[in-house]
Amino acid sequence: MTNFGSFIWRNGPKTPILAALVALGLQACAPAVPPQGIDDPFEKQNRATHALNLKLDTYIVRPLANKATRILPDPVVKGVSNFAGNLDLPGMVANDLLQAKVGAAAQNTLRFAVNSTIGIGGVFDPATKLGAAAKDTDFGETLSVWGVGEGAYVELPFYGPSTQRDAVGTVVDVIFDPTRLFIPKDKRWVTTAAQIAARIGDRGRYSETVDSILYGSADGYAQARLLYLENRRHNLGQTTAESEFEDPYAQ
Amino acid sequence: MRNKIDTTAMTLTRRAFGAGLASGAGFLAFALPVRALTVDQARQLVDKLIADINATINSGKSEQAMFGDFEQIFVTYADVATIGRSALGPASKQASAGQMAAFTKAYQGYISRKYGRRFREFIGGKIEVTDARPYKSYYEVISTATLQGEAPFDLRWWVGDKSGRNLFFNIIIEGVNMLASERTEIGAILDKNGGDIDKLIAALNAT
Repeated sequence: MTNFGSFIWRNGPKTPILAALVALGLQACAPAVPPQGIDDPFEKQNRATHALNLKLDTYIVRPLANKATRILPDPVVKGVSNFAGNLDLPGMVANDLLQAKVGAAAQNTLRFAVNSTIGIGGVFDPATKLGAAAKDTDFGETLSVWGVGEGAYVELPFYGPSTQRDAVGTVVDVIFDPTRLFIPKDKRWVTTAAQIAARIGDRGRYSETVDSILYGSADGYAQARLLYLENRRHNLGQTTAESEFEDPYAQ
Repeated sequence: MRNKIDTTAMTLTRRAFGAGLASGAGFLAFALPVRALTVDQARQLVDKLIADINATINSGKSEQAMFGDFEQIFVTYADVATIGRSALGPASKQASAGQMAAFTKAYQGYISRKYGRRFREFIGGKIEVTDARPYKSYYEVISTATLQGEAPFDLRWWVGDKSGRNLFFNIIIEGVNMLASERTEIGAILDKNGGDIDKLIAALNAT
């Protein structure tokens, strides 16, 4: 039994999420072995989900996003993105603390305080200019720090590329979002709406890049999978570029 | 007696000579590592490359004219032939010399157009080299890209001289490896064309 496994074992799976985590059979080992290559045993199902997500993008999200970014001035789109991003900060602070990253927790707390007040509810981002840029994190990263391996690649409906570990992390982040404590029950739809609007805005802002991956690639599914895994591992400090170095001159 | 001393002296001399030769070679090997390229040269190459990119980004030219400039930059600083062979993967071993020549030519146009378009995102931004270090038998030059309204991100260039010139052969953008991405893409196009390299070449030329 390893760290995280024994943690669950001793305490018992207290929530369905932890039970699901155990049931998923994620390999827990401390520290997590840097993942390599692509583990995609659900490829058939994932490709079906990708086709669904692509339809959703083609007929709803992409037209909406392009229209929004065409009609609305850039600062408005950016403001919505800032507002939604600010609401993510309490959850990030919680994850920083779970990862014992006190400096990051302090920075994200400061950021939340500055942007919620001077930044008028998070619409503006003066914190970045003051040197407190976002230190992004999530429960998927917390699990990684605790020694949980990434598991298999999965593409989630509506959400996109993920891994078994990060999918669990996303669910935990949504359910246990501490921002809910700050917001009256009848106003919580605002957070959800802001988050959806921000995702649509981002889709519009990065339209060309996203299009080139989803529609410009010969195999958009494989390309999105590769980009997600490499970028995610990079963000978690697991440098795949080094572990997977292939010498193009040695062929 | 005299003869014997002479012989000894000669033996010594020969041995000394041999030892000197060995230590000289050792010294040479130490002073001039196997790689002729140095970390400073690798850094200078990327500095020059980035200066060219920054000049284009801030030139105020039309986007179409910038695509042309970016294409030129790519061809000047990247080992396109090696990137192409790596992207083609195992199929490059089955291809004839003629096919490889045609593929390399088609790939050069294809990748220049593709990455030229992607460099477009850098318009109004700035890239700065922050560090360079030996990496395997190459060099990794580390730079930071600051684009308008975005958080700065990490951009790494792998530079080598095994092509006979100092060129970069891989770009790592926030952990995303160009060679791996290209292999996935070219492999997919090849699959779509039933593994036919001539059809792949036609497809690349058509983009």
